[in-house]
Amino acid sequence: MLKHLAGLALAAGLFVAPLQAETPQPNPADWPAVLAEARGQTVYWNAWGGSTTTNEFIAWIGQRAAEDYGVTLTHVKLSNTADAVARVLAEQQAGLTSGGAVDLIWINGPNFAAMKEAGLLFGPFAEDLPNWQLVDVAGKPVQADFTVPTDGMESPWATAQVVFMYDSADMAPLADMRALLEWARANPGRFTYPQPPDFLGTTFLKQVLYEVVDDPSVLLAPVDQADYAAVTAPLWAYIEALTPHLWRQGRAYPETGTRQIQLLADDEVALAISFSPGEASAAIANGQLPASVRTFVPSGGSIGNASFVAIPFNASAKAGAMVVANLLLSPQAQARALDPAYLGYGTVLDMARLSPEDRALFDQIDLGIATLAPDQLGAALPEPHPSWMVQIETDWIARFGGGK
Amino acid sequence: MAAWGLRRAPGVVLAALALPVFAGLLGTLAPAFGLMAVFGQAQPGFAIFADLLAWAGFWPALWLSFKVGLVATALSLLLVVGLVAIWQGSRSFGLFRHALAPLLAVPHAAVAFGLVFLIAPSGWVVRLLSPWATGWQRPPDLLIVQDPGGWALIAGLVVKEVPFLLLMVLAALGQSDASRAMLMARSLGYARPMAWVLAVFPLVYRQIRLPVLVVLAFSMTVVDVALILGPSTPPVLAVQITRWMNDPDLSLRMLGAAGAVVQLLLVGMAIALWLLAERGVAMFGRRWAWAGHRRGPGPVGAALVLGGAMAVLGCVVLGLMVLALWSVSGLWSFPNLWPDTMGWGQWQRHVPAAIDSLWRSCAIAVAATVVALVLALTWLEAEARFAMPIGAGGVWLLYLPLLVPQIAFLPGVQTLMLLAGVQGGVLAVTLAHILFVFPYVFLVLSAPFRAWDARLGTMGRALGASPARVFWRLRLPMLLAPVLAAMAVGMAVSVGQYLPSLMIGGGRVSTLTTEAVALASGGDRRAIGVWALLQTALALAPFAVAVLLPGLWWRNRRGMRQG
Repeated sequence: MLKHLAGLALAAGLFVAPLQAETPQPNPADWPAVLAEARGQTVYWNAWGGSTTTNEFIAWIGQRAAEDYGVTLTHVKLSNTADAVARVLAEQQAGLTSGGAVDLIWINGPNFAAMKEAGLLFGPFAEDLPNWQLVDVAGKPVQADFTVPTDGMESPWATAQVVFMYDSADMAPLADMRALLEWARANPGRFTYPQPPDFLGTTFLKQVLYEVVDDPSVLLAPVDQADYAAVTAPLWAYIEALTPHLWRQGRAYPETGTRQIQLLADDEVALAISFSPGEASAAIANGQLPASVRTFVPSGGSIGNASFVAIPFNASAKAGAMVVANLLLSPQAQARALDPAYLGYGTVLDMARLSPEDRALFDQIDLGIATLAPDQLGAALPEPHPSWMVQIETDWIARFGGGK
Repeated sequence: MAAWGLRRAPGVVLAALALPVFAGLLGTLAPAFGLMAVFGQAQPGFAIFADLLAWAGFWPALWLSFKVGLVATALSLLLVVGLVAIWQGSRSFGLFRHALAPLLAVPHAAVAFGLVFLIAPSGWVVRLLSPWATGWQRPPDLLIVQDPGGWALIAGLVVKEVPFLLLMVLAALGQSDASRAMLMARSLGYARPMAWVLAVFPLVYRQIRLPVLVVLAFSMTVVDVALILGPSTPPVLAVQITRWMNDPDLSLRMLGAAGAVVQLLLVGMAIALWLLAERGVAMFGRRWAWAGHRRGPGPVGAALVLGGAMAVLGCVVLGLMVLALWSVSGLWSFPNLWPDTMGWGQWQRHVPAAIDSLWRSCAIAVAATVVALVLALTWLEAEARFAMPIGAGGVWLLYLPLLVPQIAFLPGVQTLMLLAGVQGGVLAVTLAHILFVFPYVFLVLSAPFRAWDARLGTMGRALGASPARVFWRLRLPMLLAPVLAAMAVGMAVSVGQYLPSLMIGGGRVSTLTTEAVALASGGDRRAIGVWALLQTALALAPFAVAVLLPGLWWRNRRGMRQG
């Protein structure tokens, strides 16, 4: 009997063909039709749920969506964005071309690259959204995600830039990554970074790479077009030199970026990397960090990127999902996201394109005690091509993550 | 139920459980051997295993999983045996037992977080001694949690497994004629602990063998505890598999599948080794009995065991207290023993959002447990009435969901459900939970059920009662304690399920645990405190019933009151 069961499952698993017929897709260029179709839909937004402030922001977006557009928004709280990617992939393998469980994903970088390449996304839709007119296309990294062209397959909603959080009771800001190494030598055990493949840990490696490489422009092309070993040799020399002076001598690492905040609060470390210029201020306001924490950016600039939302190819409520994506780009939502009392994320909008009333929303925000002003933050360095991230990550794991 | 239906029940149940198990396993095996086309990368063969071996951390991770599993299981069992042998029957043991049972309900991750905040260099113990005794103004840079040897992980697992095994032992004791064996050994002049170990333990162990093996498998495959307490350079195999399965590079899922196959073999090997060791211990025990040593373990041994038990109790209770403190704390800086500021803000923030998931978790747990219980009772009654014991193959089939790492096994189930057109919803999640709840319910229930003295049934039949009447009026009431224990364990298992709820529910069925794990990934201890306490409260209620109700029910039946 068991043999038969196994055979049946095998047959079902391997020889299934897509059964559902294609349903008509909503057309983002016809926005009134999208709004009409969206009314009454329920949108399941799969987004990382590890932060109370983010969760509350998403709940607020849900209220706006319900009141203004009749769209019910449900936040599916993920511990890892790849869970949503895996879900869509499983649905694709099962031939489910409509009626999928995921309507909207908070995504960027390698997850986006993987989904786009595997044809798991709906679109293009982003540049047809009404609020796209307000987006700072020239100044913000909204059309390329880790150098991969977005092609309208995902819609931006926040920007992020690397800053370092430090406890001003313990230390002064550092000029660059070389200064960081010197400081770590003098203050052993007071710095660490999240363990790659955590994206923030890999980001630290990329930040160092930017500062030690001779010609940063090679990082913008795929890794196989460069002499990888030669380009990254100074990076590995740096990390080799740094590791013995890390927290726990590099024998253990915090698992995620947010776990670092706890280390900072516990005074186990004095310095931590963050991908959100407003995170420290929000954490201080929250009682998560001591009020003596401040931020700095390396003098040569720091890596910046954007967060996006994307719609899977088989989403059940595509119209509703586009309405939410558009809502996220509204000046009200962007201003609230920027306010560290709520979220402290950077905006993707161009202030010059806003009406005076909308601009006033941004002007009255108190960015918080530990947040750098836009001119202090400086220009963002573009993310290297995703292939660099993958290769550096693999290399780090082989060199430092495999139990020397 | 008609006899015809009852006779076929075990087969039907096994088939219903086997289908998803095999689909899940297939989903695990096919990619590992290159038999499933993931992005057109199907190359049948063993190529992917070569990639796996090429991972620098492969052998260290393998060894670590092996060691953690065996050491944690052996230590837990040793503590439980020592504890019961030395302490059983005394009044303070009764108190201890009541204190321990609720510990079972505390979610693994909550125990782990609590433990971290106790023993970490910035934890409570160091704060208690700083700076006046240690001179530390800031936390010392010591590698206590996440140590490469995995000892913090072992400690976390022992803390969590001791209550489980203790509950199993106590449930088994009730059905093993322990008091007469004890009396006999005592009358031969054996000290109480020796008498228990030599005369009662062999009877009890026969019944708790499967729970012990499940603990072994669990310790080797656990992911959430290992993430919090375990080393990370490299991590245990199960954590690494989870990382591969979660990697944005979807082709790494094949590596994860291969890792899962290795994990399965590793668990199999550990179980084989354990069974071998069982024989060694039995041989040693027989020699010891023949030699006639009657003395007890001595004050040092007894102190070690009691100290260990107290440490277990202390870790969980203090850990929970610390979580409760965190849930009301504002900033809490080192080396302050108490939070700098306190308030109810976190509770006000999270509880309204939690109510909805709380009810859903509750409904799913009750439904899954009741179904699992009915299935288990039907199966066991059929087995007893028609003398059709489940074969060894059946047992292993039954426990496969507990032995295969969930992350590798669930995508297959998910695909099958999608193919069958079952949309992820509360019903689907409940069905998936049954898959994991049933083995535990069966595990807790089967040994006491089978050990029930059949002569009572014969007597009942001789007095003219039908088999059904014997079941409803004699067997079931007498097995009240194990039935309730099975339900409590089943509900705790259901409440604690993360991946099945997430994957089968398509993320649309939010439970207390899916929300809690998502928040835990952010590492905010205050939010974790609130959610872990809510989770604990939900899982605690059935345990309270399981511990208290039999005593009330049987308050006028001395022979039914054990422990």
